[in-house]
Amino acid sequence: MARPFTPKVITANDLLEGDVIYFKADDSWTRDLSQAELIVDEAEAQLRLLEAEKQNISIVGAYLADAKAGANGPEPVHFREDFRRKGPSNYSHGKQEAAAHV
Amino acid sequence: MYKYNAFDEAFLAERNAQFRAQVERRIDGSLTEDEFKPLRLMNGVYLQLHAYMLRVAIPYGTLNSDQMRALALLAEKWDKGYGHFTTRQNIQYNWPKLPDIPDMLDALGEAGLHAIQTSGNTIRNTTADHFAGAAADELTDPRPFAELIRQWSTDHPEFQFLGRKFKIGITGSPNDRAVVKAHDVGLRMVERDGEIGFEVIVGGGLGRTPMVGKVIRDFLPQPDLLPYLESVLSVYNVLGRRDNKYKARIKITVQENGIDKIRELVEARFEERRHEFDGTDQELLAEIKTHFAAPQFRSGDTSAYDAAYNNDPVFRAWADTNLAEHRDANHAIVTISIKKHGDTPGDATADQMRVMADLAEELGYDELRISHQQNVILPHVHKNDLPVIHARLKDASLATANIGLISDIIACPGMDYCALATARSIPVAQEIATRFDALKLEHDIGHLQIKISGCINACGHHHVAHIGILGLDRAGVENYQITLGGDATETAAIGKRTGPGFAYDEIVPAVERLVDAYMGLRTDASETFLETYRRLGMEPFKTALYPEAQKKVA
Ligand code: HEM
Ligand code: SF4
Repeated sequence: MARPFTPKVITANDLLEGDVIYFKADDSWTRDLSQAELIVDEAEAQLRLLEAEKQNISIVGAYLADAKAGANGPEPVHFREDFRRKGPSNYSHGKQEAAAHV
Repeated sequence: MYKYNAFDEAFLAERNAQFRAQVERRIDGSLTEDEFKPLRLMNGVYLQLHAYMLRVAIPYGTLNSDQMRALALLAEKWDKGYGHFTTRQNIQYNWPKLPDIPDMLDALGEAGLHAIQTSGNTIRNTTADHFAGAAADELTDPRPFAELIRQWSTDHPEFQFLGRKFKIGITGSPNDRAVVKAHDVGLRMVERDGEIGFEVIVGGGLGRTPMVGKVIRDFLPQPDLLPYLESVLSVYNVLGRRDNKYKARIKITVQENGIDKIRELVEARFEERRHEFDGTDQELLAEIKTHFAAPQFRSGDTSAYDAAYNNDPVFRAWADTNLAEHRDANHAIVTISIKKHGDTPGDATADQMRVMADLAEELGYDELRISHQQNVILPHVHKNDLPVIHARLKDASLATANIGLISDIIACPGMDYCALATARSIPVAQEIATRFDALKLEHDIGHLQIKISGCINACGHHHVAHIGILGLDRAGVENYQITLGGDATETAAIGKRTGPGFAYDEIVPAVERLVDAYMGLRTDASETFLETYRRLGMEPFKTALYPEAQKKVA
């Protein structure tokens, strides 16, 4: 039996700020993982990645990252993606800082 | 101080203008990332986990106060108010925005600094002892030799396409502070029958195959330096493997062929090469030496220092750990700890950089150094100025008295910043420092070096730590391997793995068990952790680390 497909989100870095961004269902980008499109089908994931890469003029290094469905939208599976979602642990910089300014 | 002739102002301005145009073309879409990436890397711009990173070179780790102020300006104006000093004797900014980077480079250029990264399979910048030109145990300042090597190797036609990058480290004293045994070629100055020469070491390196370099020549007269280096390089160029990137460094060439064979070939080549040198290199060296001339040291008694030392215990504790012996008896070398307990090792704020710049300008002959231990050094200070310096450092949270102690930890950026990381390293360092500070034990523990890397690339030098910590990803969780007995000095050694790794929340308690074991095992307070380990070996430390496993065996 084929291994079950782990759902994915598409993530990249913003060209100008370098900040972590996620691909949304409407083909725009968000800085908030919970707003990202959770892709549950393997073939669909590849097509969506191609779609995302059409915007390579303003993003860097798009890839598929494992994710799972949570109460408020997609959540990371691996700790690396968890750090990318939050920012560094030694200062509340990056997304933590952005969140504090809201 | 030495001014780079290859990086003069016009050259830098032109390079920066070129890069500015390249950034514009990336932003307007005329360059793809594939085209742009090598261009930005050449200019010191990396993309990390959360943002871009700008890496600024500090040749020989030597800076003046204006340059330090320029680093402060960058931190304040275009970053988040701080910079990160690294083991590579450079500074990294973690949050620049791409459109701002050309302005940052221009500001650096005005202070004679740059972010140009030597890259490719060439001879990289030679690293030198951070106490160069100041240390009491120094035979001669190694930096002129480092600069001679740089000028000779830049554009040397024979060595532009080596099998792999090639790094040379040099120390001017028998006591190695530049980790020369972990370089492709290490040069350690030694004295024989009143003559100063080099012990030449070859085939060291860290990374995924750590190795201690081997002595290929125990005494090389100074004038033979370049012909001998050329001979080593040319033997490596012929024998070095080009089929596998991980086997291409000279450490593998030495391992596969044996040091004796390499030595024989090098000596034979050296016999041919030495006659091709007509003394021009020695004239150049003499010229370079004038640029590194020591300042005119002030004289005068040290009564203010003596009074503070005898009456102020806080000053005394700092003086005991953070000062090193200067070649002039009335002077001292000050190491400013960028390792306040609980803070990020190597991070300094813009204000702190300015305080250090002011002290250097007013009281330190306008010289600063960055050490590979991620600290800042005032290499020349008259002892009578030390009480004032200490007071001003204290006001800036820069007077932590912990150099060489357990909280003077080297940590690479790890998964808090680095895109290659497999685990975090900064918070592990912060917690170890905080824990031992709370225990009030660190002065009692004495000399102990902990170094942490967040992946196998070993940027944190964990292999040569007394206690080395390597962060890995084991089935999707952070896991930390411990090595013991590494040594970064002239008695260099690669640490040995203790056994299974520890989870993130187990690693600090594990280090504490190791230190407790040492405190119980040492003969007395004068025996360091490393000495106890060398006397007793791994076993008692393993018992302390893995009590459960021991119980099962019993
Ligand atoms: C955050 C961005 C960084 C990246 C992407 C990075 C990447 C690497 C890589 C790939 C290597 C292995 C090179 C090789 O052996 O071929 C390496 C080696 C090294 N890095 Fe880094 N590094 C980074 C930051 C740092 C920092 C902050 C320091 C200093 C604290 C550092 C110090 C070193 C040193 C000393 C080595 C040489 C180890 C050896 O002898 O093999 N790096 N780095
Ligand atoms: S050791 Fe690994 S994690 Fe640490 S800075 Fe180097 S590449 Fe990054």
